[in-house]
Amino acid sequence: MNQNVSPESSTRTKSDVGSSPVANMVLRGSESRMRVDRVFRFICILTASVSVLILVFLLSSITIQGVPWLSWTLISGNPEPEPLEAGLRPAFFGTIWVCSLCALITLPIGIGTAILLEEFQPRNKVAAWLYSLIQLNISNLAGVPSVVYGILGLTAFVGMFGMFRQTDRGGGYAYAIGVDYFDQFFSEGDRAILIHVGDSSDPPTKPHPGMVAYDFDGKKVDVNIIGYDDPYPEDEEVLAYTLFADSESGRISEKAWYHFRLPFGRGVLAGALTLMLVTLPVIIISTQESLRAVPSSLRAGALGLGATPWQVIWNVTLPSAIPGIMTGSILAMSRAIGETAPILIIAGIMFIMNSPRHLMDDFTVMPLQIYNWASRPQEEFHGIAAGGIIILLVILLSFNAIAVLIRHKMQKPLS
Amino acid sequence: MTRVMTETQKPVVAPVANKSDTKLGPAVSAIEVDGLNSWYGDFQALHSITLKIPKNQVTSFIGPSGCGKSTLLRWFNRMNDTIVSAHATGVVRLGELDLLARSTDVVDLRRRIGIVFQKPNPFPKSIFDNVAFGPRLHMKLSKSDLSSLVEWSLRKAAVWEEVKDRLHAPALGLSGGQQQRLCIARAIAVGPEVLLMDEPCSALDPGSTLAIEDLIFELQAQYTIIIVTHNMQQAARCSNQTAFFYEGRLIEVGETERVFTKPEQKRTEDYVRGKFG
Repeated sequence: MNQNVSPESSTRTKSDVGSSPVANMVLRGSESRMRVDRVFRFICILTASVSVLILVFLLSSITIQGVPWLSWTLISGNPEPEPLEAGLRPAFFGTIWVCSLCALITLPIGIGTAILLEEFQPRNKVAAWLYSLIQLNISNLAGVPSVVYGILGLTAFVGMFGMFRQTDRGGGYAYAIGVDYFDQFFSEGDRAILIHVGDSSDPPTKPHPGMVAYDFDGKKVDVNIIGYDDPYPEDEEVLAYTLFADSESGRISEKAWYHFRLPFGRGVLAGALTLMLVTLPVIIISTQESLRAVPSSLRAGALGLGATPWQVIWNVTLPSAIPGIMTGSILAMSRAIGETAPILIIAGIMFIMNSPRHLMDDFTVMPLQIYNWASRPQEEFHGIAAGGIIILLVILLSFNAIAVLIRHKMQKPLS
Repeated sequence: MTRVMTETQKPVVAPVANKSDTKLGPAVSAIEVDGLNSWYGDFQALHSITLKIPKNQVTSFIGPSGCGKSTLLRWFNRMNDTIVSAHATGVVRLGELDLLARSTDVVDLRRRIGIVFQKPNPFPKSIFDNVAFGPRLHMKLSKSDLSSLVEWSLRKAAVWEEVKDRLHAPALGLSGGQQQRLCIARAIAVGPEVLLMDEPCSALDPGSTLAIEDLIFELQAQYTIIIVTHNMQQAARCSNQTAFFYEGRLIEVGETERVFTKPEQKRTEDYVRGKFG
């Protein structure tokens, strides 16, 4: 025992030399310390295995329930009311539409915001205050429950704060392009007769002689109008386009692929913008972290060579940060794919038999379709829901696997 | 590599004697500093510095940590612009150009005044792309012009022989000393007039340090070099002029040999004798 090491022992009397009281204390404590260490390690192992066990249990119960229902029909079919014919196709394409649109909108905004916050320092007090306000907002938004974003999306994108007057009949909108409105009659021969109307707010068409009418193929037809007391025409072809004079029409609309309207209504675009709200904080924060991980010596090196701030970002910072940005974005997108609550509010539970054809089209997404099936009383639909969950999980896990691959393959040392 | 090995055999004081023979006579100044004060927020880092940096010579800035020598260096190419709280009064002139003026084109200034940092900081790109980085920012060059410029720069920085067979290998695979010479090649590839070196050898081993010092000696024929160093032997070995800073003030400046052998100021003497620092 070296007495010079411990100041206490050097101030004590000579008899203490050789057995420092500090050393004794450490020795006495070490046995119980080791015990605490063992107990703590056991607790850690226990908690870790609980989470793994829950996952294993979840996956196996889903597999047992869902695998018998897995079939090509489940992927390619429409959500028919008959369990054996039901499929996810419209929901699958709905998910692809909404999520790719969401990525297209969110990535530039999110990465741009992160670049501003990380790479351009505020030059004055007002800017610094603004920066910290944005930063605080982003951190808070990341923790907001997604159903709240659904309500926000409903107000901001679907209804646009009621800024535009919405007409009732035929789903008319304040501003719309790429849409044709028709009044539809059903003739006595069970054929549909369509009358083109200029605007959704036009009064309903009454059958009148000489009106220009079309069938569903767009072919012009002659309409035969009769009163209640008149006899039915005998010719089948004439009967097919015969209307009573007081028949009532229903208004339908035909939308072109470039259809656009204000407010957006419950369409793909509103859904994608709402998912943007959910994913934006995640993407901004993960991008900020990857940018922060780029050593500032690289930026200084590029600046010292006479690069403009933009050249530094484009040639040095972004290429170094891109694996991290991609990982964060893919994880954010996989969150968007699984997001149900905000889409439930935007799209509602609707019986959708078609994949979306344009940005304003009605849509549903996979989790919503699964939710729909799971909430039905029939046992078969629960099995179908489990099958849908398996498909969704496969998609999500492959997204995560891609993210992990990118992190391992593309991440290079930076200094 | 053989070159580096032979340099290590040389007596460390040899270059000084050589240089003072060749570099006598009145020198034209490349950079003139007149009454420069500099602050970080409220803290004054430099107090009315007045100094002339002679053209095509090596000037070393010495002094204890926090004496302001790096701050002064970083005003020469306005790297201090990246620090929001940094501001300065006074005049720093490069020829006719007022470096501190708001209207000065900082991008062009940094092309004319290159900098090499303390820690080698090659970009995570290939060796070729590292050297080609600067030229690509400033000029449109044909492929063959660019590769001959890269070769010229690497030769000039005495690293060509070691990397010529692996120009497209990642620069981060080089040794520290090679990385630093690569950074020097990168800096001279844009054709600067002045090279600033901020403790370029402090992260390197003695062998690489001597290689860099030898390189500095070679480069002064073409460039004005300012080197910040903590290593007084280094200042003695490779500079013609030495400026000693203490607590943000320029204490003494003069021919290196004179400053080290017959310092006029007591503090300079204490510092070069190693009494504090």
